[in-house]
Amino acid sequence: MTTVALPRRRASGAALPSVAPGVAITYLSVIVLLPLSALLWESHKGGLDAFWQAVSAPDAVAALKLTLGAALLVSLINAVFGTLIAWVLVRDSFIGKGLVNSLIDLPFALPTVVAGLTLLTLYGPNSPIGVNITYTRKAVVLALMFETLPFVIRSVQPVLLELDREMEEAAASLGARGHVIFRRVVLPNLMPAIFSGMALAFARAVGEYGSVVLLSGNVPFSTEVASVHIYSQIQSDYVTGATAMSVVLLSISLVVLLSISALHRWSSKHDR
Amino acid sequence: VAAGAVVLSLVALAAACGGSGGSTAGAATKGKVNLVAYSTPEASYAKLIPAFNKTPQGKGVTFTQSYGASGDQSRAVAAGQAADVVHFALEPDIQRLVDAKLVSPNWNQNQYNGFVANTMVVFVVRKGNPKHITNWDDLTKPGVQVITPNPFTSGGARWNIMAAYGAELKEGKTPAQAQQYLSDLFHNVPVQDDKASAALQTFTGGKGDVLLAYEQDALLAEQSGADIQIVYPPQTIEIQTPIATTVKSSTAGKDFVKWMYTPQAQTILAQTGYRPVVTSQESAFTKAFPDAGNPTLFTIDDVDSGGWDDVMTKFFDPTNSIMQKIESSIGVSTSS
Repeated sequence: MTTVALPRRRASGAALPSVAPGVAITYLSVIVLLPLSALLWESHKGGLDAFWQAVSAPDAVAALKLTLGAALLVSLINAVFGTLIAWVLVRDSFIGKGLVNSLIDLPFALPTVVAGLTLLTLYGPNSPIGVNITYTRKAVVLALMFETLPFVIRSVQPVLLELDREMEEAAASLGARGHVIFRRVVLPNLMPAIFSGMALAFARAVGEYGSVVLLSGNVPFSTEVASVHIYSQIQSDYVTGATAMSVVLLSISLVVLLSISALHRWSSKHDR
Repeated sequence: VAAGAVVLSLVALAAACGGSGGSTAGAATKGKVNLVAYSTPEASYAKLIPAFNKTPQGKGVTFTQSYGASGDQSRAVAAGQAADVVHFALEPDIQRLVDAKLVSPNWNQNQYNGFVANTMVVFVVRKGNPKHITNWDDLTKPGVQVITPNPFTSGGARWNIMAAYGAELKEGKTPAQAQQYLSDLFHNVPVQDDKASAALQTFTGGKGDVLLAYEQDALLAEQSGADIQIVYPPQTIEIQTPIATTVKSSTAGKDFVKWMYTPQAQTILAQTGYRPVVTSQESAFTKAFPDAGNPTLFTIDDVDSGGWDDVMTKFFDPTNSIMQKIESSIGVSTSS
């Protein structure tokens, strides 16, 4: 899951036969690189003008703004609550902890349409708890929060488990209070993991379709997210528009993932 | 029209990976039919296929069935999904296959112009009709929430819009006034689902006062006990759904399409909520749905003499069209 936090170790390759890199690269090409290049190629078929026209159309811009804003907000919320939940799961003990730990991954297992339907029943017009926020931008954020819950937790948890308790004890023996220890000792160690969790959550949120399409209402300029906008362009046989928007979304996610990785490299160098 | 021939390589890839039969299927192996259809007739085919299997020419014929959004299905076939028989919600989806040379240009040269079953756009309201919705003008009143899918993602939504627009013209309004009506109507639409079935779900889930829907969908929902009732507007559009065999169709596929026009098949269509195209079977529909109304009907060609081809550009072009402008004007006034 922590794709960004690559182990900083020289490749030895001793454990696996020498064909392993070849297999890995072929696999990646077939599964990821080829489809992405096909997309890129298709998006440029109409020329740069058509590309620009598609992504700068007012409805496209509105959908992009909503999507990126919501994704950013959701990754920030995840940073706080994901870290909190990871902390509770690692440092506290309570009855049913194992069960809670397993529950975290369920949003991954649930088909997104089902997730949308469930949230719709719970927070929709016939809400049994009297909360109706569907068909608003709040609903977009809610759906994305559900879908991206595991990322930060699952990035932070292993780091927290490995974290040397002696550092905290040393800080305490030097007179540091609880919140100071957390801010000055624990948090700096967790930051790379939090960031990589946030980046994954962000990328996932940007592409989410199934749950958002049910909850948001899909009104252009108001609650229509980028993925739904892209779907509408495909349905209108406007392939250039759809692929151009997709390329923009992918580029933004790529930039986010790369900067997190750079940040991580910088901070680990900085530590030494 | 040229756009129809454009094959999105991603779709091709998806179809290549996901297609069950691969390339072998479309071939003329007698006794096998790959049926690719839009989603609403699924309930009808569940009864039609066993009935066909009981006829002499249908004996032992096996079916592979695929249902989904009409546009998606049409694009999948254009990209290579195996199909002997295609049944879509609107004519442009067949036209796409004609452009791709997968369906003969003469596909509609029969007594029924290629259409196999009809339905119409109706109003669905809450039981008891609390907002007293009776005609198209009631939909633009303040405080009335209308549910219809997004016209850029849903074929059903396009029928709804052409029904509203055409009804205004029938009332003697000018095209400009009818366009203004569409704008007023969409100011009352709080949710635009991606497809007709999702819109029905939104409505039965408690959102909105009126749902614009296919009569056939509405009848089946009513039958299944949803707390709704159908209101027939004074005039509405007749939805004609086309069926065709592909150029690679098996003999069984051709036999099946021929059989679809028999009194037996048309009766089954009537019993599952469609208005039969073979008029002698109209009585079967009235028998099954005695409370169904009889609004004045017009077709897409009455609304626009250029038919769907013209309508798609004029109303539904995603970059510059009547609906695109209306959606922008709503966005500007409602987005925060």
